[in-house]
Amino acid sequence: MDIFDFSEGREGYYGEYGGVFLPEILHATIEELLECFRECKADPKFWQEYVSLLQNYSGRPTPITHLENLSRKLGGAQIYVKRDDLNHTGSHKINNVMGQGLLCQRLGKSKVIAETGAGQHGFATATMAAKFGFECKIYMGAVDVARQRPNVFWMENLGAEVIAVEDGQKTLKDAVNECMRDWVTNMADTHYILGTACGPHPFPEMVSWFQSIIGLEAREQMLKQAGRLPDRVYACVGGGSNAMGIFQGFMNDDNVELIGSEGGGHGVGSYMHSSRLAYDDASVGVAQGYKTYFLQNDEGNMNETHSVAAGLDYIGVNPIFAHLHDQGKVRFEAATDIEVKEALKLTMRTEGLIPALESTHAFVTAIKEAPTMGKDQIILINQSGRGDKDIFTIADALDDAKWKSFIGGKADQYRGENN
Amino acid sequence: MGLQSFIAERKQSKDILVMAHVVCGYPSFEENLQELEIMAEAGVDLVELQFPFSEPSADGPLFVRANEQSLKSGTTVDQCFEFMKLVSARFPFKVLMMGYYNTAFKMGEAAFVKRVKDAGGVGYILPDLPIEESPELHRLSEEAGIEPIILMTPTTSDKRLAKLGAVSRGLVYVVARKGVTGSKTKMGDDVLALVERCRQHTDVPMGVGFGISSKADIDVLRGHADIAIVGTAALKIWEEGGASGLRNFFAELMA
Ligand SMILES: Cc1ncc(COP(=O)(O)O)c(C=O)c1O
Repeated sequence: MDIFDFSEGREGYYGEYGGVFLPEILHATIEELLECFRECKADPKFWQEYVSLLQNYSGRPTPITHLENLSRKLGGAQIYVKRDDLNHTGSHKINNVMGQGLLCQRLGKSKVIAETGAGQHGFATATMAAKFGFECKIYMGAVDVARQRPNVFWMENLGAEVIAVEDGQKTLKDAVNECMRDWVTNMADTHYILGTACGPHPFPEMVSWFQSIIGLEAREQMLKQAGRLPDRVYACVGGGSNAMGIFQGFMNDDNVELIGSEGGGHGVGSYMHSSRLAYDDASVGVAQGYKTYFLQNDEGNMNETHSVAAGLDYIGVNPIFAHLHDQGKVRFEAATDIEVKEALKLTMRTEGLIPALESTHAFVTAIKEAPTMGKDQIILINQSGRGDKDIFTIADALDDAKWKSFIGGKADQYRGENN
Repeated sequence: MGLQSFIAERKQSKDILVMAHVVCGYPSFEENLQELEIMAEAGVDLVELQFPFSEPSADGPLFVRANEQSLKSGTTVDQCFEFMKLVSARFPFKVLMMGYYNTAFKMGEAAFVKRVKDAGGVGYILPDLPIEESPELHRLSEEAGIEPIILMTPTTSDKRLAKLGAVSRGLVYVVARKGVTGSKTKMGDDVLALVERCRQHTDVPMGVGFGISSKADIDVLRGHADIAIVGTAALKIWEEGGASGLRNFFAELMA
C-alpha cells in the first residue's frame, strides 16, 4: 500500500483528509514547492545526498537499543528502542529540517521561517540555517518560550531570531498562524520549514518522506539485531512526524501493529489534553491549511489544548493518521501527564535513558502493554528525542529540592551582577 | 437584487464605491451598530461582516486581536447571523459574510448558504477556501442567488487568473499586495496594472483592498477599480477616535 499514490484529482488527500486550504496569494508558492518536491522525490541522487548529510552531520544511522532491564522488570515483551534522540540537536526533527534545507537550496531561497512548540524543531532549523547560511526566524508561542528556555537560548546563539507569539493560546498552533502570516508576505525569498506532517499538501507527504529514514533503518536493524520484525511499534504523536517516520518502515508488514500515543494531559473528560484520535473530543475541520481532526467546538473554533510535552500540545493531527485511524491501520492511545512522569522516572532508573517528555508518551503506552504480551514477543519504541531540554519541566514535576536551590542560587547571582 | 446589479446601479451616480468591514462582536455588537450607522450615513455601499475565528491566519495584528477578543467575550455564529439579519434590514448598504472556511464547513455548506441568504447577505468571502475546494459550495450559492467572492492577487499567474475569472461572480476582490490585512499599501501603478490584468479575465466589478486608508488611496483607484475596500483603517480610527473620529474619517474618505 502506498498512501502517497494519489488517485486522479485527489492529490494531497488521504481519504477525506488533507488538501490545500490556503489564501490565493500562496497558490503559486505552494505550486512551486510541490514541483520542487516532486523533482527531489524522483531523483535518487537527492535522497543519497540527504542520507549522507545526515550520516556526516547528525550521526545517522541512529542505533537500536535492547532494554533488557526494563523488559525483565515488566516481565512481558522484549523492548527495543530506536534512538533518534542521538541525533545532533537531540531529536528526529533534524531529519526533516536537513531535507527541507537541501530542498530550499534547490528553490533558491535565502531565508527560512519555522514554527516550534518544544523548541526542538526551531533548534534544528536554526542549526541547519547556520550550516547552510540561511537567514532564520523562529516563531514560538510565548507560553512555550517560557517553558523551553534552553532551546530558545540555543536558537538565539545559533543566530536565529526567536519571536515570541502573544496571540491566541500562545502555543504551537499560534506559532503556525504567525508563520503563515510571515509567509504570505515574504514568500519570494522565504521557505517555510513546517516541522511536522501537518499543514497543506505537500507538507504531510514531504515531512513524512524525510522522516521515513527512521523506519527504513529501524526495520533493517530489527531484522539484524532481534532476528525478526517487532509485533508492535510505538511512537508519540504531536503532529505525527516521528510516528509517520518509524511507521512507514512497517506499513506493509501486516503482522506489525502500529500504535500512536497522544498527549492525554489531565485525562479523558478533562478538556485539558491534546488527544485528537485517542479520545472522542475532536471532530473534522479545516484550519492551518488542511482538513483533519481538530480539537474544536461545534462552531469550528479551536479549543484550548494541554500536554506536559510542549511538542504534543497541538489542536490537529496529520491527515494521513486521520485516514489510517479510520482504516484501523494505526491504533491511537493517550498518555496522561502523570503517567508520563512515572514512566520517565522508571526509564531513567532502569535503563539510564532520558527520553524527551514527548517521546515518553510512547514509553507509557508500551510499558502498559508489554506485561500483557508474551516473553517471546517484541516491541519497538521510537525515542524521538532526548530529555535534557526538559530539565526545568522535569525538575518541577519531580519537585527536586536540590535543583530548586541551585536555580535560586543562580538567580541571586544574576541579580547581584545586575545591581 | 443581485450583487452585480446593485453595484451597477450604485455606480450610475458614483465613480467608485466603498466597501467597509467590521468584526462581529468587537469591540461589541452595540459598537458595531454605531460604526455601521456612521458608515451608512457616509454612504458606504457594501459591508463585510467578519465572523470571528480562532485561527485568523490571513489577518494582521489588529484583526487578530479583534477576532480573539470577540470570541473571548462569547460571540457565537448564531449571534453573527442574527446581527447580519438586523443590519441588512436596517441599512441601505449590502452585506457580505466574511470569515474562514471552517465556520461554513462545520455547519455544513448547504446550511451555511441558507443562513447567509436568510440573513439578507448577498455573498461571502472565505479567504482560505481555494476554488479547487469549492465547486459544491459555488453550486449551492448559485442556486440560492448569493455570490462567492473570488480573490485575485499580485502573485496570481495569468493562467490562474483565467481559471479564477471563469468562476467569479458578483465582484472580484483584488488583493493589492502580499501580506496580511492591516499594513499600508502604496497605491500606485502596480495596483492599477494588477486591476487591469484581472479585468482581462472577467467582466464582474473589481474591488481593491488591503491597506487602503485615505482619500488619496481612493483617488488613485478612481476610474480604474469599481470598489475601494476599507478594513483595518476604520477599526483603528474607531479605537483611537471613537464615533466622531470615524465620522470624520468616512466624511473625508468619501468626499
Ligand atoms: C522530541 C519530540 N518528539 C516528538 C515531537 C512531536 O512531533 P511529531 O509528532 O511531529 O513527531 C516533538 C515536537 O516538538 C519533539 O520535540
